[in-house]
Amino acid sequence: MATDTLQSERIHHYLRPKKSFPNVWCAGCGNGIVMGALIRAIDHLGLDKDNVVVVSGIGCSSRMPVYLDFNTLHTTHGRALAFATGVKLAKPNLKVIVITGDGDALAIGGNHFIHACRRNIDITTILIDNKIYGMTGGQFAPTTPGGKIATTAPYGNYEKQFDPVQLAIGSGASYVARGTVYHVAPLERMIIGGIQKKGFALIDTISNCHTYYGRFNKEGDAVAMINDIKKQAVSVKMAATMSEDKLQGKFLTGVIHETDATEFCDEYQAMCERVLAKGGK
Amino acid sequence: MAASSKPKQNKKNNKKSQDDRYEIRLSGSGGQGLILAGVILAEAIGVGDGKNVVQTQSYGPEARGGASRADLVISDGEIYYPKSMKLDLLLALTQEACDTYYPDMKERGLLVVDSNMVTQIPTKNYYGFPFSRLAREEIGHVMVANVIAMGAIAELTGIVSMASIKEAVLSRAPKGTEEKNSRALELGAKVARAAKK
Amino acid sequence: MNSKNSKARLLQGNEACMLGALYAGVEFFGGYPITPSTEIAEGMAREMPKRGGKFIQMEDEIASMAAIIGASNAGCKSMTATSGPGFSLMQENLGYAYMTETPCVVINVQRGGPSTGLPTKIGQGDTMQARWGTHGDYTSITVAPSSVEGCFYETVRAFNLAERFRTPIIVLLDEVLGHMREMMVIPEEGEIEVMKRHRPDVPSEWYRHFEITPSLVSPMASFGQGYRYNVSGLTHDQDGFPTAKPKEILDKLNKLRNKIVRYSDEIVKLRTEKMEDAHIAVFSYGTVARTAFQAVKMARERRIKVGAIQPLTIWPFPDEQLRDMLKNVRKVIVAELNMGQLVHEIRRIAPRHTEVIPLQRYDGNVMTPSEIFDKIREVVK
Repeated sequence: MATDTLQSERIHHYLRPKKSFPNVWCAGCGNGIVMGALIRAIDHLGLDKDNVVVVSGIGCSSRMPVYLDFNTLHTTHGRALAFATGVKLAKPNLKVIVITGDGDALAIGGNHFIHACRRNIDITTILIDNKIYGMTGGQFAPTTPGGKIATTAPYGNYEKQFDPVQLAIGSGASYVARGTVYHVAPLERMIIGGIQKKGFALIDTISNCHTYYGRFNKEGDAVAMINDIKKQAVSVKMAATMSEDKLQGKFLTGVIHETDATEFCDEYQAMCERVLAKGGK
Repeated sequence: MAASSKPKQNKKNNKKSQDDRYEIRLSGSGGQGLILAGVILAEAIGVGDGKNVVQTQSYGPEARGGASRADLVISDGEIYYPKSMKLDLLLALTQEACDTYYPDMKERGLLVVDSNMVTQIPTKNYYGFPFSRLAREEIGHVMVANVIAMGAIAELTGIVSMASIKEAVLSRAPKGTEEKNSRALELGAKVARAAKK
Repeated sequence: MNSKNSKARLLQGNEACMLGALYAGVEFFGGYPITPSTEIAEGMAREMPKRGGKFIQMEDEIASMAAIIGASNAGCKSMTATSGPGFSLMQENLGYAYMTETPCVVINVQRGGPSTGLPTKIGQGDTMQARWGTHGDYTSITVAPSSVEGCFYETVRAFNLAERFRTPIIVLLDEVLGHMREMMVIPEEGEIEVMKRHRPDVPSEWYRHFEITPSLVSPMASFGQGYRYNVSGLTHDQDGFPTAKPKEILDKLNKLRNKIVRYSDEIVKLRTEKMEDAHIAVFSYGTVARTAFQAVKMARERRIKVGAIQPLTIWPFPDEQLRDMLKNVRKVIVAELNMGQLVHEIRRIAPRHTEVIPLQRYDGNVMTPSEIFDKIREVVK
């Protein structure tokens, strides 16, 4: 079962303990929880490590591939999906997973994000969504809620927010889910679902940055923040039975959108075959 | 049919250092098919006749509506400078093109104009043929004016063989227009022959 | 000549680049439309699907550069083509390719700049950008043809150099060259060398993706071959893991420089005309080099002892070779379509007795032979 806790030995099978540890993450960071979920999902699916490529951009979450014993590509800020698109189209048999953050995917990488969704290319994207820039020390992100404090929003954030789930659905992704670092078992299932889905999958993963976001906004330590995440999360199923009033201040979790649209590399291959069948005309 | 005064043939040009180069400019306005004519002519000269040729063009928004042009440099040896220096032959299908480019010609270069379109001619030394009218009235398609002009140029200059230009035109002609294009080419050669006499 | 040449074809410069890339075995093209380079992308969109290759039009040039690096790490010979504004957008990821030693080819068909500049007109304003465009220290290889045939051969050479030295290669064209048509014969398969990627032959546990080998060039495994290496734009050790150790940082940066500088004799390519007895030389590249050859011809007819030097490799700059060529040259005219870029390189290497004379044009037009000829006449006095 995917939700079984893997023996640490088994976990080590997927890590690079000699070279890349200790990691750069703060104690209590949700990134490690997501990494654990990803490893268990891959283990559950029985993927060959040699055929998994993990691509990331820049940011705290984007350090993840360095620790993982797959083919790993730690790229430039915001561009992970563009690199991943090249890998996937070049070798469609490879399983391509992108680890990104909310600033990486939605601000500097917003253009690549919507176009990867539009192409519906078979890439599983785990967006670790902690509502702030952590690596650079706590600046506001496109996901930072209104009124919240960040170093570049010292009087409270007055910008509007992106909802990555709605953005992905609107742009054509075929599998869109939201998980949290509290609900680990469902998160694993969503990652499994995303990898199995032929097409672009987004798993928007709500996480905590107690070091900056929590401290600036007096939301407490990692435990307090993760508890808040638990309280605010409502599964799609539950939400169907709840009044609008009750849904105030909550966010939806679960698989929010799933369709069977054709996939980019398949379409490319089909086009090539059509062209060749017509003798290259 | 072809109203013109007869230019003196000049094989050897004024003593400049580009005497091993023969330079052609096809000019008119955008949409007259001059760039395509330049490419076809270059193909005929290069592939068909086996000479060295460089074809360049004015390109981009400024080519639309206003003066449009394709240049060719032809040589038996290596062509260094790829653009024209002094034209041996200028084809001008509009008055504006003639006015703009006439100063780029060699002193005794050959000017060929569309005699219906170019009425103020800066020299007595020119050939004029009503290319557009011939295309419309004799061939039934105004778009082949450029092909008629190529036929005339081939006949007047001998810079390209008739066989090669015909092959190049037909290889680029859309299906079903081969006959029209052949006739246009022959018509160009015919009017030029008559004018030379 | 003067006979029907059935093998020769009339090709555009951009088209010849595309055919050169196919000859060299390109497997992946990622690009974004931009004048005056678009014909390369259009050709690739037509040809790649027929040959089992991959073509993708990305959302911008940043993404194009990223995609070709991704594809190269997945094992494909990869390329993109662009012009000034797109070349600027590619710079950050181009730096990533230098840092991660990822072979790929970037063609820049230069137009007038800065900014949007002159999309349909010629310029050579990106000469220095090809050397120093991305941030940080590195060494670039940049080649520059001047004919349609050259576009083909230099593109093949660019792919070979990319694989030989595990580095991105820049091919600098210009608008006139990209759009000009000339005759050329496409060589038969096998007629010119096509280099394959140097793959590792060690077991995966011994493999180091950035190993400092005696030759300085590391063999390169692809994703999916069982080597599972880490690639990072962070300064890294020989295994690809981020490092802050001064020794490892030095080793990495010195490798990036020395793997090219040590082999500059192999990379440098020059053409000369009438330099044997020349007292005056004209130095220029790309379309301007052809203007220079014409001007030299004109001047020679007037018995002026002038020659021309054309670098087909711009970077690394051919220091040693030029010092030797300028030994007996009193004056060197550096003709460029910019406000003076290579002239500073010539000043840097010119012998003391050689006067360096800039000749520049940057109004969107190609320099004419008479401009260079007039300059020659002026300096000969």
